[in-house]
Amino acid sequence: MSSLQSLDIAKRSATTTPSTQARTHVAEVAKLIDVSSCIGCKACQVACMQWNDLRDDVGDNIGTYDNPRDLTPQSWTVMRFSEVEVEKDKLEWLIRKDGCMHCEDPGCLKSCPAPGAIVKYTNGIVDFISEHCIGCGNCVTGCPFDVPRISKVDSKAYKCSLCSDRVGVGLEPACAKACPTGAIRFGTKEDMLDYGAERIVDLKERGYANAGVYDPPGVGGTHVVYVLQHADKPELYHGLPKDPKISPLVSLWKGAAKPLAVAAMIGAAIAGFFHYTRVGPIEDPDDPEADRNLARSPDPDGIDRHPHV
Amino acid sequence: MATRFLQRYSAGDRTNHWLIVLLFFCAGLSGLAFFHPSLFFLSALFGGGTWARILHPFMGLLMALCFVFMFVRLWRHNVWQDVDTQWVKHSGDMLRGDKSHMPPVGRYNAGQKAVFWLMAVCLVVLVVTGFMFWQPWFANSFPITLRRIAVVLHALSATGLILTVIVHIYAAIWVKGTVRAMTRGSVTEGWARQNHPLWHREMTGKQ
Repeated sequence: MSSLQSLDIAKRSATTTPSTQARTHVAEVAKLIDVSSCIGCKACQVACMQWNDLRDDVGDNIGTYDNPRDLTPQSWTVMRFSEVEVEKDKLEWLIRKDGCMHCEDPGCLKSCPAPGAIVKYTNGIVDFISEHCIGCGNCVTGCPFDVPRISKVDSKAYKCSLCSDRVGVGLEPACAKACPTGAIRFGTKEDMLDYGAERIVDLKERGYANAGVYDPPGVGGTHVVYVLQHADKPELYHGLPKDPKISPLVSLWKGAAKPLAVAAMIGAAIAGFFHYTRVGPIEDPDDPEADRNLARSPDPDGIDRHPHV
Repeated sequence: MATRFLQRYSAGDRTNHWLIVLLFFCAGLSGLAFFHPSLFFLSALFGGGTWARILHPFMGLLMALCFVFMFVRLWRHNVWQDVDTQWVKHSGDMLRGDKSHMPPVGRYNAGQKAVFWLMAVCLVVLVVTGFMFWQPWFANSFPITLRRIAVVLHALSATGLILTVIVHIYAAIWVKGTVRAMTRGSVTEGWARQNHPLWHREMTGKQ
């Protein structure tokens, strides 16, 4: 995607100064994906392709309905089909629409070294600004959900933009527009959580005692939330992480390590300078260019001639 | 009496050394551009962020390959000995300007040996971890958890290498007469007698 003038930026990758923040009354948005209402028709995948002008290569069949089998630079959303037996002899087919979760605290943005290549708008959408992307793959390292994909064609990172270009002009994302069962909804995050709570009541009445909304607090909440029948076991849904958070390794690398290492390097150079000016150098007794007076100093072995402080 | 010189590095050694220096600065500056946002401007030296990302691993790998030649030539002279431990114990006095307690040193003192081994270890870690997140060719062969470990170790060893190089450069400035060993290949006999008396004896047969 490209940067959108109509959306203000709350966070900008590799940037230490504040971004544009003139518009203060922007509501946070969210997409709610109700897994319990999804029929796996893949209309959302097709709508995503159409709106974003993506055309993936024809893939291969691996014995499931997953098609394509994984997220790619050309497939920003994929239906994940999981056949599970939560209770013995009771098969359940769980279908989760996978894609970027639009974290409130995005690991991709934290890891990105290119200024402005990843932004989080004030409405909560996390977007890749492709023309600033340098193709290093750090976003892949930083993402707790394994979402970004680096293109082999142009070495840029791609993922779901939550149709930021549509949202910026007051439209809903293409996938939400296309969903025939109402399993994908879009609105303010507040409204989506309210709607999710209603769905949970309904699901609990129908025997799903552990139904719940997936809005993981470890990443500050997400702007894509799921309604899950088994919210106590998100792993059932094609390995959706139970408690996703930015890896402590990534936090160390892009957190404490940066200022400490830069301070150590600058400190070492400054320490050297002051050592030289306070203690002084060890002279070469035979220095051909040295002051002859120094060479005639009383110490014939030439050891340690310089005056010490 | 005319100043006598002792040969310390051959023309090949010197060329290799300065090649490593050049590649160190190229790989180091392009790497620092990615390490801290305040240093991203350094990527402009290499034609922008994308070019810096493309070139950095090649420059780093080339530096490590050049260092292999240096390692083969020098490792024998850098084997740690008991006298080196003694040297380290008194190194604080020396930094305060008092060299009187320092044990006699051969071709390399303990500080130089430590620099040599630190550089070697840092370069090995940098190359191994660098492959693990080298886009677009190698990164995808490694699981993401491993790549997270790799980026941390890469940053850590890069910091270690840069700090070691700062010490290395300062030592060459601090001990006068040292730089010509790498620019001209020779040092004065007085420099050798003062700073590396055992090596001086070995080279000249004089006490």
